[in-house]
Amino acid sequence: MSEKLSREEVLKIAKLARLRLEEEEIEGLRTDLNNILNYIDKLSELDTSDIEPTSHALDVVNVFREDVAKKGLSEEDVFRNAPESEFSHFKVPRVIE
Amino acid sequence: MDLLTLNINEVLELLESKKISAYELNKFYLDRIQRFDGQLDSFLALNENALNEARLIDDKRVKGENLPKYAGVPIALKDNIITKDLYTTCSSKILENFNPPYDSTVSSLLKENGFIVLGKVNMDEFAMGSSTETSYYKKTKNPWDLERVPGGSSGGAAVCVAAGLAPISLGSDTGGSIRQPAALCGVCGFKPTYGLVSRYGLVAFASSLDQIGPFSRDIEDSAHLLNIVGKYDPKDSTSIKTVEKDYTKGINNDIRDKKIGIPKEYFEGGIDSDVLKCVNGAIDFYKSQGAEIVEVSMPHTEYAIAVYYIIATAEASSNLARYDGVRYTFRSEAENLIDMYESTRSKGFGKEVKRRIMLGTYVLSAGYYDAYYLKAQKVRSLIKKDFMDAFEKVDVLLAPTSPHTAFKFGEKMNDPVSMYLSDIFTISLNLFGGCGVSIPCGFDNKGLPVGFQLLGNYFEEEKVINFAKIYQNNTNWHKMLPEKFKK
Repeated sequence: MSEKLSREEVLKIAKLARLRLEEEEIEGLRTDLNNILNYIDKLSELDTSDIEPTSHALDVVNVFREDVAKKGLSEEDVFRNAPESEFSHFKVPRVIE
Repeated sequence: MDLLTLNINEVLELLESKKISAYELNKFYLDRIQRFDGQLDSFLALNENALNEARLIDDKRVKGENLPKYAGVPIALKDNIITKDLYTTCSSKILENFNPPYDSTVSSLLKENGFIVLGKVNMDEFAMGSSTETSYYKKTKNPWDLERVPGGSSGGAAVCVAAGLAPISLGSDTGGSIRQPAALCGVCGFKPTYGLVSRYGLVAFASSLDQIGPFSRDIEDSAHLLNIVGKYDPKDSTSIKTVEKDYTKGINNDIRDKKIGIPKEYFEGGIDSDVLKCVNGAIDFYKSQGAEIVEVSMPHTEYAIAVYYIIATAEASSNLARYDGVRYTFRSEAENLIDMYESTRSKGFGKEVKRRIMLGTYVLSAGYYDAYYLKAQKVRSLIKKDFMDAFEKVDVLLAPTSPHTAFKFGEKMNDPVSMYLSDIFTISLNLFGGCGVSIPCGFDNKGLPVGFQLLGNYFEEEKVINFAKIYQNNTNWHKMLPEKFKK
């Protein structure tokens, strides 16, 4: 079994995914991901150089619609699940110092 | 009269002839939920309006007003299906107390057609799991043995039907999440063709694979539900414009000389002997009905799980980026914006969800995309071709749904690869995009249910339903109730 991911790589992926890992999570997650990646390596047995990729089972085409204004949700409904909102906006911590 | 084993046709007859009221019918199931769900933990939220909705229907019926066909029939919905004013959490802390301001297309369709939503049922968090153990809220028990898992991710939707807490339900199937729990709980679970049922208002997990589908005892009830929810929806751009069909019409067609394919790769090693015995029993049944049994080969089956765990996690890592603490219920307070994102996501998501987001992020990251994601999409083409080739030769495929019956709580929780392998027979169909059903076909030596799958080509639901119905006409497995929940 090869070790595909180092501790540093695990932390880098977490950063990309906007996850913060607790110290005690890191090693377990690294082991799990390495086990899964080793399993996934099975795919390298197959020569796929001449194969087209499938992104969707059925051939899908772009779907267009008329650009017409329709009534949406009420303001109250839009914000009813927001952790914080003010003046018809979602409120977040300060972004610009 | 035993309501628990009646199918929708029989229930509708009772309602229409006023032998039972919609109120009595819904009260019957709500009372059972009250009595039994303390042991089973299948429901997350109940619709407090259910009995009022039932009374309104009864009033209209008494007055002789026109009612939609299914007026008063109760149904439960998996908690990733958005229901207006009824909590929808995806069994995740990150959506705790999320109270949707709109309805998913499927719940609108159900309501328009008179169904009464009893409540929302438990699942693996964001549908990521095969045992319903990753739910943040509760562990749903298998009604045949309370120490065992119901399967997953639609565990609650399978259990409420198996234990008679709801006559029918809707779940979702991304890699087997309807069929596998249906098999482990002894009910029917149907995964429709990709694009047949609108996903507008289904919380997205892996968008190229997700599909909503029904649970029932009698396959005919699933056909009724497909009639209602199998409709083109302009709100879902992957929804397919097909001719609308009456899926209950093709039932009881002769299957003599029809061909059933047995994919040999689905029978190679690792299957419990009791499971094999029951599935072989189903094959013998079809032989006795005059169907032709043909062995077929689907050589890329063994790669399906690897392909799935690249594609599904990649799509999930993108879909779950929206949970950032800004719009939906849970936020972990922090000094600055990045801090808030990271803290919210780390505290709001459970272990399995984080594991999959990490894997998905990795396989899509610069330098790894070709080796993992693109490679997986290419192997997906090979798996798809296996199915296309098979359906050149046969009408449907028959295989076990799960290599084993229900396992014990905790048994696979610490080993993700072994948990992922429990979907080995169901995952390929999602990669292909066709339809399939799991039907109960017996019990193992511990008294746990076994199911077999019938898999069909794109939009060949009618064929699959017909084969399943003929089996059910001649067997009683789908009418069995767990001893504890019979009365």
